Amino acid sequence: MIISIASGKGGTGKTTIATNMALSLKNVQLLDCDVEEPNAHIFLKPEIKQQISVYTSVPKIDETRCDYCGKCAEFCEFNALVALKNKIMVFLELCHGCGGCPIVCPKNAITEEDKEVGVVKKGVAGDIEFICGELNIGEPMAVPVIRRVKNEIDDDKTVIIDASPGTSCSVVAAVHGTDYCILVTEPTPFGLHDLKLAVEVLKKLGIPFGVIINREGIGDQNVQGYCKEEGVPILLTIPMDRRIAEVYSRGVPFILEMPEWKEKFLELFDKVQSMRS
Amino acid sequence: MKQITVVSGKGGTGKTTIAASFAALAHNHVIADCDVDAPDLHLLFETCLKEKEEFRGSKEAVVDEEKCIDCGRCEKACKFGAIDGHTIDPILCEGCGVCAYVCPENAIMLRKKISGYAFISETKYGPMIHAMLNIAEEASGKLVALVRNKARKIAEEQGRELILIDGPPGIGCPVIASLTGVDMALIVTEPTMSGLYDLERILELTHYFGIVSLVCINKYDINKENTNQIIEFCQRNGVNVISKIPYDPIVTEAMVAGKPVVEFSDGKVSRDIGEMWDNVMYALK
Ligand code: SF4
Ligand code: SF4
Repeated sequence: MIISIASGKGGTGKTTIATNMALSLKNVQLLDCDVEEPNAHIFLKPEIKQQISVYTSVPKIDETRCDYCGKCAEFCEFNALVALKNKIMVFLELCHGCGGCPIVCPKNAITEEDKEVGVVKKGVAGDIEFICGELNIGEPMAVPVIRRVKNEIDDDKTVIIDASPGTSCSVVAAVHGTDYCILVTEPTPFGLHDLKLAVEVLKKLGIPFGVIINREGIGDQNVQGYCKEEGVPILLTIPMDRRIAEVYSRGVPFILEMPEWKEKFLELFDKVQSMRS
Repeated sequence: MKQITVVSGKGGTGKTTIAASFAALAHNHVIADCDVDAPDLHLLFETCLKEKEEFRGSKEAVVDEEKCIDCGRCEKACKFGAIDGHTIDPILCEGCGVCAYVCPENAIMLRKKISGYAFISETKYGPMIHAMLNIAEEASGKLVALVRNKARKIAEEQGRELILIDGPPGIGCPVIASLTGVDMALIVTEPTMSGLYDLERILELTHYFGIVSLVCINKYDINKENTNQIIEFCQRNGVNVISKIPYDPIVTEAMVAGKPVVEFSDGKVSRDIGEMWDNVMYALK
């Protein structure tokens, strides 16, 4: 079973849930798909055994063949190519790697070249199989790295995916095809507003989901109210607790210092399993 | 005209809280909420909508079933695995048009779709440009660029001297679009191991683009050891830590009340943010 952990708002505790849950279960794979700011390794301290580069293909123009007809630039939907009188300018950071320009070029002047956009790190943290994607600094497009991380999914394991915050393409790429999504939120107006957006994403994708309310006690009661009205299950509530915050700040999963929580994460997993069907 | 972007790398460090307070403290400015896939700034201001514009940022491929002869060329050509048989998964489709190009029967069309909206609103702190990316859309960088263009236009028309930008979390495309060409980035971080790690990455990004960066450590007293580590890290890298703001539940209370914290309370947090704002303005000049 593949469980994704997402949230509209950032900093609500996705990585906390993902890592504590991974530590509570057996036969687990943890995939950090928040490739812009991956943090799970801070908590799990994995031993990295392999590092794989992620490439996208980008155009390379053979100046000796190109006659500056501009057909490639006209075709490119992402404005990655601009035709000047005697030069084609290539903006690699805009290229989606669709492979279109080599096909449309009448002079066969365009070939595809690999460009590294990020890396995938594989390793182990205790019994947990750990895989994490990291977008290279300055690269705008996270989706190819996320897809590459997800290639590592092992169907025989319980797979936990830590997604990035928000509702855009990176989040969709991370949660797409997962069996269940846990949305982590906090009981504040920002938390509620962004939760509603995340709920829309999951409805659109047709993925079953439930909510975890983190730092219960700060803010107001409106997240609870919303979940009740919309029939969204609240899977777990974690109170605002200075101790949890302090343990988090040191980069330690809190079940290691508060083992009484392990039971709760097991219950959470059972709930998710029963709800998926 | 000056432009400053508030970013954070890591989400939930208090970026919007600080941006909203700056909006309340600044004079003669335009506010731009560039966190287009989870915009929250409008929850802290009373806004009066003036203008709404459709944003057509990307396209999607649609198949004309009648013309399709099931040759399978489009499926083979699509690099994004968006085509199965001749059905196109709109979620995976990036709208590149390769399928339409290779189709021998001209059965595939690229259609512009509405990917979101941009808004101009009036607030009591000045005009605000904000936006809403449609669910699961990808053209977030382009929508950020649209918001920033509109902000610039209004600033020019009304002779406003400052554009205050609330950026998205992360380091990817919408963040880059929020940062290009600005005069300064204020990075809001928190004293957690995650905060520190993410700060390193966002600082690398602002350096990569040559943008002057200042750092604010929010909730600095939740872990003073980490705060010191962040300060040391910044010193080593020649980055100025412009402010340390204590943890105070009043920040959340202000959010619940729908107000920037500097307007809601005159406690320590508000005074610190006020002082930081003065220093930011000084550094901008
Ligand atoms: S591969 Fe596609 S996106 Fe990249 S430059 Fe060519 S046409 Fe544009
Ligand atoms: S437009 Fe591009 S991404 Fe979309 S289905 Fe066609 S080939 Fe695939």
